[in-house]
Amino acid sequence: MTTLDSSKEIQKNNSEVNETHEDFRMFGLITFLIADGMTFAGFFAAYLTYKAVNPLPDGAIYELELPIPTLNTILLLVSSATFHKAGKALLKDKNSETQKWLFFTAFLGIIFLICQLFEYFHLPFGLTDNLFASTFYALTGFHGLHVTLGTLMILIIAWQSRINGGRLTSQNMFPLEAVELYWHFVDGIWVILFIILYLL
Amino acid sequence: MLNKNFYLILIISLVFAISFWIGFNVNLLPAEASINAPIYDELFKILFIIGLIIFIGMTIAVIYSLFKFRKRNDQIGDGIALEGNLSLEIVWTIIPSIIVLLIGLYSYNIYDRMGGMKELNHNHEMMSSNTEKIWAGISQTSDNEIAINNLSIEVSAMQFAFLFNYPKGNFISGELHVPVDQKVSMKMESKDVIHAFWVPEFRIKQDIIPGQPTILNFTPTKVGKYPIICAELCGPYHGGMRASIIVEEESDYNEWFNKNKKPEVNL
Amino acid sequence: MTISIDPQKTNNESLQPKGWLRFFSFSLDHKVIGIQYLVCGFLFYLIGGSLASAIRIELASPMSDFMPRDVYNQVLTLHGTIMIFLWIVPVVNGAFGNYLIPFYVGARDMAFPRLNAVAFWLIPPSGLMLVASYFVEGAAQAGWTAYPPLSITTPQSGQIIWILSVLLLGGSSIFGGINFIATIIKLRRPGLKLMQLPMYCWAMLGTSLLVVLSTPVLAGTLILLSFDIIANTGFFNPVLGGNVVVYQHLFWFYSHPAVYIMVLPAFGLVSEILPVHARKPLFGYTTMVFSIMGIVVLGLVVWAHHMFTSGTPPWMRLFFTIATAFIAVPTGIKFFNWVATLWGGKISINSAMLFSCGFIINFVFGGITGVALAQVPFDIHVHDTYFVVAHFHYIVYGGTVFIIFSSIYHWFPKVTGKMLNEKLGILHFIITFIGFNLCFAPQHWLGLNGMPRRVAEYDPQFQFVNQISSLGALLMAISTIPFLINVFLSVRNGKDSGDNPWNALTPEWLTSSPPPVENWEGEAPLVEEPYGYGKKILNENKNI
Ligand code: HEA
Ligand code: HEA
Ligand code: CUA
Ligand SMILES: [Cu+2]
Repeated sequence: MTTLDSSKEIQKNNSEVNETHEDFRMFGLITFLIADGMTFAGFFAAYLTYKAVNPLPDGAIYELELPIPTLNTILLLVSSATFHKAGKALLKDKNSETQKWLFFTAFLGIIFLICQLFEYFHLPFGLTDNLFASTFYALTGFHGLHVTLGTLMILIIAWQSRINGGRLTSQNMFPLEAVELYWHFVDGIWVILFIILYLL
Repeated sequence: MLNKNFYLILIISLVFAISFWIGFNVNLLPAEASINAPIYDELFKILFIIGLIIFIGMTIAVIYSLFKFRKRNDQIGDGIALEGNLSLEIVWTIIPSIIVLLIGLYSYNIYDRMGGMKELNHNHEMMSSNTEKIWAGISQTSDNEIAINNLSIEVSAMQFAFLFNYPKGNFISGELHVPVDQKVSMKMESKDVIHAFWVPEFRIKQDIIPGQPTILNFTPTKVGKYPIICAELCGPYHGGMRASIIVEEESDYNEWFNKNKKPEVNL
Repeated sequence: MTISIDPQKTNNESLQPKGWLRFFSFSLDHKVIGIQYLVCGFLFYLIGGSLASAIRIELASPMSDFMPRDVYNQVLTLHGTIMIFLWIVPVVNGAFGNYLIPFYVGARDMAFPRLNAVAFWLIPPSGLMLVASYFVEGAAQAGWTAYPPLSITTPQSGQIIWILSVLLLGGSSIFGGINFIATIIKLRRPGLKLMQLPMYCWAMLGTSLLVVLSTPVLAGTLILLSFDIIANTGFFNPVLGGNVVVYQHLFWFYSHPAVYIMVLPAFGLVSEILPVHARKPLFGYTTMVFSIMGIVVLGLVVWAHHMFTSGTPPWMRLFFTIATAFIAVPTGIKFFNWVATLWGGKISINSAMLFSCGFIINFVFGGITGVALAQVPFDIHVHDTYFVVAHFHYIVYGGTVFIIFSSIYHWFPKVTGKMLNEKLGILHFIITFIGFNLCFAPQHWLGLNGMPRRVAEYDPQFQFVNQISSLGALLMAISTIPFLINVFLSVRNGKDSGDNPWNALTPEWLTSSPPPVENWEGEAPLVEEPYGYGKKILNENKNI
């Protein structure tokens, strides 16, 4: 059996099963995201423990300004909404609209990354300055990596949803749904991160 | 004819008898040289006996079934179609739960008697160290002494040696000398990687962690020379990182102390 | 209503290489991947075992004379890492899981065959990389636990390679875990209920949950550690204000569940083997399922029992004592149920059975020392001594490795269609059992009396006992010889086994041996009672 996953094989060969057997690729993705979330959970746990037991050494600076991250939070939340719009449009087979929304989402993602880089360059501390600085960069950097990957995937599916010859149709929603779920996940992590890192 | 239950009870009592006999007669532990040691050995004995009963019981059950229920050459077909027995399963859920709970409570008691649950404070004359955060350790306080007589020592560990600082005498020694029957209170800190302070005859161990001082209090009860062993992998010479603790009579100790004592430097 | 899943034969088969070459290909067939895992794992077992032999040779004398001290540390680090990440974990999960799970759920393959192949092919390169790191600047030498700050201060290249390779292996194991969960939950043959699955499926479900929940934390931790090494950050570096104990918490948050990742699948396998050879249903199916899930849940909240002597506050020590000791309850249920499975059976005493019973005896011993270790006051004396080494070898070797051998004896006919030689098998069992106990039982005494672990040199008073232990290790090394001979001879000209030599009822035996590429010629059978021994009389193969 050489297809990507057995579900397709089942669907291809048995129309009856097609109705009862839901697509389990999504299930696999969710499991993966749980795993990914545990990595973040580990980082958060480390950060919170540091915060609880390791006082900031004398003279060390660890100050965070709120404006940029707040803007970033809004950006990501809006992008989740625009992504949702893209999905809705695809469901109605309005591919050009889908593509428009996807590009807009990717654009928001890119702005997010630019803002984050801007923040990095203007922070009063560097990666190795102190424990909190390091943890801050590790956490936001790891999250930024997720955003970067997500943005790339959005661009890819935006390309695939083109009207002529695109793979993405209302019959083949999976790529879009998968990236959407991933994007909401990244978004959710950011909210937690924002609360823990910036607000607490 | 004796019935089945009789044999069962006979075997169970035999298992108990053997386990108790072994538990009380086989000594697997080194000499007891601190007030912790007899407490520890009490716990060990109990755990050993319970463990033996379970282990011997299970082994007998397995070997017996292998023997009794082995397939004879002329047999065909399957065994009985027994899929479970709820009451039996409840029994062997509850009994281990009770055993485990009792062991837990008992070892809490032991730990408390060893001083594990006492607040971590290092009885130090110099006020400065009282403000320092103590991270962990065993704070053994036997009831008869409260802080008058006890000896404070600062331990620093490094690759691959222990150094013992006697603040009262203002000197550092590579050998730990302590008077017998007196509480010793040590504050330990590492200069590089994690080490551990272990004296098997005292049944105590505590990691020595860089950046996080820990404390270890104990009261030796037997004169003699015992090894101090580093028990945490700390590099190539980890195996060679040893020192000695010398427990001596108070007079001998004082003699040694006065010989090494250096005058206080007043800055 | 039963729905048949019966794809018309896909003609893609011809694209896959045939014959032995397929084991070196990127095959998507779960059976091929399972065997790839097994053989690859076994080769690493021989490497890890050779390293263990080197350890035992060094320890035959109290001086550090067989190898330099830092090499000794590299050897023991590699031994631990290889045995865990390249032998036990890939074999009990990857090998048997891949081979058996699709049969058990009535599928033709795993849920994500391509991901499956990727997961396997991550293993050989990272394993080789790990072994090769010895030749660079020296392999990692901070133990398999890689506690900082030691792991930060030892030669960097070895440690970085170690981290990289463990990350890859962790990734492989996560991919595998996702695949198993999806296969068991979503790919079940229509009509097959969860509570009808063979126990190994439940064990793998539990294991995979642990994999998915805990392995990523290890990955994150190791990434932080590698930053400390390369980028000079201070997460775990006290000089830069870091906290070394945080590493230990994060590490054991993975590595304690990891011990159940190593043993739960073995619990599953033994639940398959015992009923077949005892000709009795598995005793207490439902409680077995609950106890697996109980172990999974408890296993996630007991990690700090590895840290009783480090910087843990008293209340934490107590909580973890109680939680840890309670794992004995669900585990105990399983053991009592297995003995009850034997009770009243018609037991064939063969190699598979002997290894399984050896497992029960050894594991109970190791589990009891584990419960003792869980008691804080007890652990304070023996932590980081040979008592701990003895505890976990009783479990990983006496438990899991015994079950791996048992499973090989049991499923060899399935995979090859040939029987293994019973005489050699029993010889293998006897030498292994004696050698194993000779090697590890005395180590309990060593630990109690003052021999720390991870040392190349020790107090001469322990020499005699160490030599007994080394002798045991020699026997264990010898015991692999009859096993290897047996396998090689039987693959070539063993007795034909027929399709179902054990007369077993679990689904994998209801097809030909070896099975066809897509597992069943026709429709997958619906096995509602995988343990229905004694209920219906089987007509075929009466002679067994
Ligand atoms: C497969 C691997 C495996 C398994 C399954 C276990 C199972 C258990 N382990 Fe073990 N353990 C390791 C592998 C494993 N361990 C390793 C590798 C280390 C060392 C790591 C390192 O530092 O390098 C270690 C170390 C280790 C420690 C730390 C020691 C130290 O470093 O100081 C502790 C302490 O609590 C512990 C406890 C336990 C307990 C309570 C169980 C329990 O799950 C056991 C439960 C089973 C039983 C109890 C037997 C069956 C039950 C009955 C017959 C019922 C009746 C019994 C009673 C009522 C008691 N283990
Ligand atoms: C998980 C599985 C596992 C297994 C199966 C084993 C198997 C063995 N281990 Fe293992 N061991 C660990 C996991 C395991 N170990 C871990 C995690 C550690 C801790 C590491 C650390 O502290 O960081 C450890 C540590 C450890 C130590 C302590 C080292 C120390 O602290 O200083 C010792 C010492 O005796 C030891 C011995 C053995 C022996 C004799 C075997 C034997 O059972 C091995 C038997 C197998 C063989 C002997 C192979 C036979 C084959 C040949 C010899 C032929 C070779 C041929 C070719 C290559 C073609 N091990
Ligand atoms: Cu210091 Cu080991
Ligand atoms: Cu553990």
